Amino acid sequence: MSQDGVNKGRRTLLIGATAGVGAVGAVSLAVPFVGSWMPSEKAKAAGAPAKVDVSKVEAGAMLTAEWRGKPVYVARRTEESLATLSTLAGRLKDPENTKKEQQPEYADNEYRSRKPELIVLLGVCTHLGCAPKYFPEVQPEQFDANWQGGWFCPCHGSRFDLAGRVYTGSPASDNLVVPPYYFESDNVIVIGEDEVKA
Amino acid sequence: MTLGMKKIFALIAACVPAVALAAGGNVHLEEHRTDLHDTASLQRGAQAFVNYCMGCHSLEHARYNRVAKDLDIPEELMMDNLVFADKKFGELMTIGMDKADSKRWFGAAPPDLTLVARVRRPDWVYTYLLSFYEDSTRPWGVNNVVFKDVGMPNVLGHLQGRQVKGTAPVAVGFDTLTGQEILEEHDDVLYLAEEGTLNEEEFEKLVFDLVNFLTYMAEPMALERQSLGWKVLLYLTILLVLVYLLNKEFWRDIK
Amino acid sequence: MNNLFASIMGWVDSRLPVTEAYEKHMSKYYAPKNFNFWYFFGVLSMVMLVNQILTGVWLTMQFTPSAEAAFASVEYIMRDVEWGWLIRYMHSTGATFFFIAVYLHMMRAILYGSYQKPRELIWIFGMLIYLALMAEAFMGYVLPWGQMSYWGAQVIISLFSVMPYGDVLTEWIRGDFLISGATLNRFFALHVVAVPLVILGLVVVHLLALHEVGSNNPDGVDIKKLKDENGKPLDGVPFHPYYTVHDLVGIVVFLMVFCTVLFFFPEGNGFMLEYANFEPANGLKTPAHIAPVWYFGAFYAILRAVPDKLFGVIAMGAAIAVLFVLPWLDRSPVRSWRYKGWASKLYIVIFGFNFVLLTWLGTQPATVTLTKVAQVASVIYFGFFAFLLIAPKIEKTKPVPERVTGGH
Repeated sequence: MSQDGVNKGRRTLLIGATAGVGAVGAVSLAVPFVGSWMPSEKAKAAGAPAKVDVSKVEAGAMLTAEWRGKPVYVARRTEESLATLSTLAGRLKDPENTKKEQQPEYADNEYRSRKPELIVLLGVCTHLGCAPKYFPEVQPEQFDANWQGGWFCPCHGSRFDLAGRVYTGSPASDNLVVPPYYFESDNVIVIGEDEVKA
Repeated sequence: MTLGMKKIFALIAACVPAVALAAGGNVHLEEHRTDLHDTASLQRGAQAFVNYCMGCHSLEHARYNRVAKDLDIPEELMMDNLVFADKKFGELMTIGMDKADSKRWFGAAPPDLTLVARVRRPDWVYTYLLSFYEDSTRPWGVNNVVFKDVGMPNVLGHLQGRQVKGTAPVAVGFDTLTGQEILEEHDDVLYLAEEGTLNEEEFEKLVFDLVNFLTYMAEPMALERQSLGWKVLLYLTILLVLVYLLNKEFWRDIK
Repeated sequence: MNNLFASIMGWVDSRLPVTEAYEKHMSKYYAPKNFNFWYFFGVLSMVMLVNQILTGVWLTMQFTPSAEAAFASVEYIMRDVEWGWLIRYMHSTGATFFFIAVYLHMMRAILYGSYQKPRELIWIFGMLIYLALMAEAFMGYVLPWGQMSYWGAQVIISLFSVMPYGDVLTEWIRGDFLISGATLNRFFALHVVAVPLVILGLVVVHLLALHEVGSNNPDGVDIKKLKDENGKPLDGVPFHPYYTVHDLVGIVVFLMVFCTVLFFFPEGNGFMLEYANFEPANGLKTPAHIAPVWYFGAFYAILRAVPDKLFGVIAMGAAIAVLFVLPWLDRSPVRSWRYKGWASKLYIVIFGFNFVLLTWLGTQPATVTLTKVAQVASVIYFGFFAFLLIAPKIEKTKPVPERVTGGH
């Protein structure tokens, strides 16, 4: 064994090239292992957009649909409660929907909905993920003497108005999320997509 | 010879080799020249499967949307023509038939066919679907050459026509002088006694497409697997050149 | 930069002898310079072991070990899980290539007498790895819960019924009166946790024992006898970098073969993924032809060659057990077949091909002719070990050279 006449440059080049190509291989090999952690076709199918018939939801009432395993609240608001919404601004943390990720563009309005009367909300409290309860009546409640109707989270007492906007004094900081949805017809909404797929 | 007889003979000459029995009792299987690149064939096969098979046989490991994607079928077309009414696009291709009911009707529950082409191989499925013949001793009036006393009715029978088993002339070769087929009388061969709504060629094409689809179904990633394989081998070839040179470079030290 | 590295290594070394271990096992481990083709299969076995562990862990994430759901969950992996098919095929093809590597690795030991003194323990640990690997592969094959999984398990577990209290024993292994979900569940636990731990431990002691006495070589020469003025073996080269770069070539070539099978013949023509195993397990319907996966073929052929249940099982057990005592059966004064007599050379070659023949026979239906062939092949198999005992008495060996031959 002798190191005489070793072409150091050639050796370094070969080591570098092999290591480089080997690294490309290692990263490529990682792709399937990392990729297999993505939601499977089964999970995607279970998470596919959900169709909901809203014709049976009367004014003041709410139904709970399921999308991606989460509750989605679909409530029909009365004329009075819609009128009340604009009066609450002073009691809310974010009445103007400044956080854009809390609702799609088409719900970035004073009613936070596509059609004023129908509100669609993800029933997941923005505090720690419990499902808020629906208290539509305008009446003094244990948790709020001046309750104007909305959702109350039983876990940590967060309060939301009938547009899903969070009241000041709640542990939650953000308004309830409006999921993507669209009207397939007057009475059928599709939750999970912004519009009909081309 | 009557005209009808002549017609029968012509039919026999065309279809007999497919299902002639070999001497040892082993059935000669007709070769299915599977072509997974033939998307049109796969689409027709999918259509045929839904029309003729899916009443009883599920594809319970497969999803509609995957089939639509792999076979280039637009979602709307798929939903309108191939997906059962109560099913969603991403759902598994199961069926509503109750296994206990079907077991009572057929003697055995119709098996799921997602993997049938892998279990039985495409040649077998192809030959099987071509080899039903009339047998009045069987509950459904048919028997099968490659699956003796099968419990399944011949659902493609109206398309194929009446196939019977008996003595008939078989083409055994060509006369070297005249170029004409040499016919020999053979026992236990299948021949068409009556044509169905499809002619011979159309029927074989239908069955071919069906088996093509089932072969795709058994291993839907087959084409992806092969194309990735070439890339991986190309990469390893490059790496081989490098490690070969590297090895040579180092071993120059060793006298 | 170098200073920083040196001081970090110094800090570590005074607490954990990393540099010392690196030198002992890599940069100052002197391996004979004349390793040939046969010496790739140790490292290739390691590559396959890593492949099996990695893909196995990932499969565990999606597999459901229950009789009701196992079969469907494998198809779920093959179809619904992103890249699941690739990971599954890597695992199933990996099993075959693991055994190919291990069998050639064992054949290498037989060719060059690598099990002889002072390497008996290396061989024993290797045999234990092989035994654990067979258990691992068998239980792994049960998990997809296809027809072959089920009936293969039925046949193999029934082998235990020849032992005293056989009925109780087989019920205990199955956890039921038949192969059932209970069997599947315990095999799953053993396959993914217990046996891999045992294999890893054995691999470590296999390598430690090897590095204690040093590697053998195709000439069977002890390279430690002749050293230079620095105490380095004249015929030895540092494992790193010389054999790391050398092994890389072997690994890449092996991976090319592996990937060709994986991507173009993942069923291995029915020898790796048997066709009947694409049908869910059905305890009421035995497949027409039950064949073991190819890597068990040889021992299965021996089992079937004996026309008696008890003696068949004994013969099969003996075929494996006799390998354990190989170091004490081979009385030859030389290690490598290169310096043994012509009869030994011939029998070693026959033994190798005979094993391939037995393997093939085990996968075929037992016809009258093939059973006769299997009987002859079984006699040839056992005859080899008897021959090793008497060979030194009937043949002369050639003188072994002082230095290794060939190589670089």
